[in-house]
Amino acid sequence: MKIAPGEYFLQGNEACVQGSLASGIRFFAGYPITPSTEIAEGLSHKLRGNDGVFLQMEDEIACISAVIGASWGGVKAMTATSGPGFSLMQEAIGYAAMSETPIVIVNVMRGGPSTGQPTRASQGDVMQTRYGSHGDYQVIAFAPDSVQEMFDLTVESFNYSEKYRVPAFLLSDAEIGHMRGLLTIPEKIKIIDRKEKGMKRADEAYDVPDELVRPFPVFGKGHKTMITGMTHTDSSKIEPEDVKVHQELVERLSEKILRNRKDINKWELKCPGSKTMIVSYGSAALGAKEVASADDRVGLLRLKSLWPFPEEPIAEVARNCSQILVSEMNLGMMYGEVKRVALENGCKKVELLSKIGGDPPTPSEFRHKLREMGAI
Amino acid sequence: MEIFDFYRKDRWPHVFCPGCGNGTVMNCFYRAFSELDLPLDKTAFVGGIGCSSRIPLYINSDALHTTHGRAIAFATGLKLAKPELKIVVFTGDGDLGAIGGNHFINGCRRNVDMTVICINNNIYGMTGGQASITTPHEYQSTTTPFGNKEYPFDLAEIAVAAGANYVARWTTRNVHELTRSMKSALQKKGFTFVEVVSQCPTNFGRRNRMADPSQMLEWFKESSVRRDKTKPSIDQVDLNLEGKITIGEFVDRNRECYEELIGVGKHG
Repeated sequence: MKIAPGEYFLQGNEACVQGSLASGIRFFAGYPITPSTEIAEGLSHKLRGNDGVFLQMEDEIACISAVIGASWGGVKAMTATSGPGFSLMQEAIGYAAMSETPIVIVNVMRGGPSTGQPTRASQGDVMQTRYGSHGDYQVIAFAPDSVQEMFDLTVESFNYSEKYRVPAFLLSDAEIGHMRGLLTIPEKIKIIDRKEKGMKRADEAYDVPDELVRPFPVFGKGHKTMITGMTHTDSSKIEPEDVKVHQELVERLSEKILRNRKDINKWELKCPGSKTMIVSYGSAALGAKEVASADDRVGLLRLKSLWPFPEEPIAEVARNCSQILVSEMNLGMMYGEVKRVALENGCKKVELLSKIGGDPPTPSEFRHKLREMGAI
Repeated sequence: MEIFDFYRKDRWPHVFCPGCGNGTVMNCFYRAFSELDLPLDKTAFVGGIGCSSRIPLYINSDALHTTHGRAIAFATGLKLAKPELKIVVFTGDGDLGAIGGNHFINGCRRNVDMTVICINNNIYGMTGGQASITTPHEYQSTTTPFGNKEYPFDLAEIAVAAGANYVARWTTRNVHELTRSMKSALQKKGFTFVEVVSQCPTNFGRRNRMADPSQMLEWFKESSVRRDKTKPSIDQVDLNLEGKITIGEFVDRNRECYEELIGVGKHG
């Protein structure tokens, strides 16, 4: 479905709908859950007849299963959920990683654990996104901080999931999802489609070698594709007892993402070279933006992608500052990751501004913490 | 089509035990499929987890071997994304009725065009013989050492109540009826369901004085009661509730299938 370029005043979740349409979504399955429901509602209007399929299913497990099935039918497919729904999807996320199925999962994060705060923002699912399913695997995750980025990073989620044959996540939250703001849809949007098996393309968009990401054998084209979540060889022969096959497969699933961190990772840097640097993402970075813009003693590294972990920009920042403040809307999940990289790169002081309950940290809360740290 | 073109010889030996009913079901399915002359390359086979769910991996076509219980949900997405594909799901009693019960009920209700074949062996065979939702009352398993105190689930009756377009149940003894039902199911639009009560001599029979597969087939013969759709009330579609296995074609109707209602593709 074509979307018209131009300027729009939209809600974050509606911008995600537009981003998925711009990416060429053809299948969406969802289950009502606050605060992500507007995405399902929006797509139920758009995906009809020849434009694609919208499906409301019996639970979130069914949704993500259907989305994986649709992807093997050769179409771009997405689901959107929050909190408990995201927890229910974890087993199938591991299946998508193991079977190398390109799918997009939007998680409009809310306060947990359990039912928690359905209507309030949180960043409590960042580690679940990385480690939620059993076993070793890598995923790609983006964290928008505005209506515009709900659009832009939805497109990136599709692009990178297609490129690397991996589940990709848009980690939004109730604040960003329900925020209203300006969306500019550009004339030209870069779209990447999966490299199908047996298909030659002139516009080769891939610099990922076939050894890491195999061409996608879509169903119904005589490939006799066999897809399984069990340990398998390249020809999909099940070999659950074979040590070498398991090791090669699982290492490749990780390597295809980790080796391409530079291609995947996105970030925004304000006032680089400041003595004190804030590292943050999503709605937790909103207040930090204001502080960093107004005070040149403080800089900001805003992570637009969270997984694979953006080690390079954090290392760069750590080498050039004397202290780092990590801000996030959980009790310190990415803090541990940032601290590890910072310490390895000579920045000895890494502090945390953690805020849960639903409201993003305000500029004055940032200033208070920065004063404590002697930064301002 | 020769049977060795239909099944993948290169994947043999298969995982099934000697005397398992899966071979009978595979043979009947091959017969039904090849007699209808359906195109293998335009058929996708979907399975969940369990012995019966492994069957798709032995068929020489596209196969999606999924997570436990979710085969119908995966199949729903695949069918709606690529409506020209015929979809066949192989599943078992645990996969379909226990962990996947919700998807089964809603699959029947949604009525997306697919054929679901459930091999009901009354036990969790792959994990070594634990009681399942269809283990008959007072029968033995590794998790019911004092006899099963629960009563079995009736999968066919659920399919009837939830709205499937075609529902039949046979045992592995009824190979001709089973083959005919598979043909009817494959030819019919919408959600079609064939349950096959099958023997697991290794993990069910052995603990219930039927270690020899022929004893299990004898048990099926003695306890089967034939009832067809022509007879009225559906509460007679019970499985082992009174120690009997009701067999027959229970429903054959033409509810409009989901993809027609939403205007996706045309039925191949």
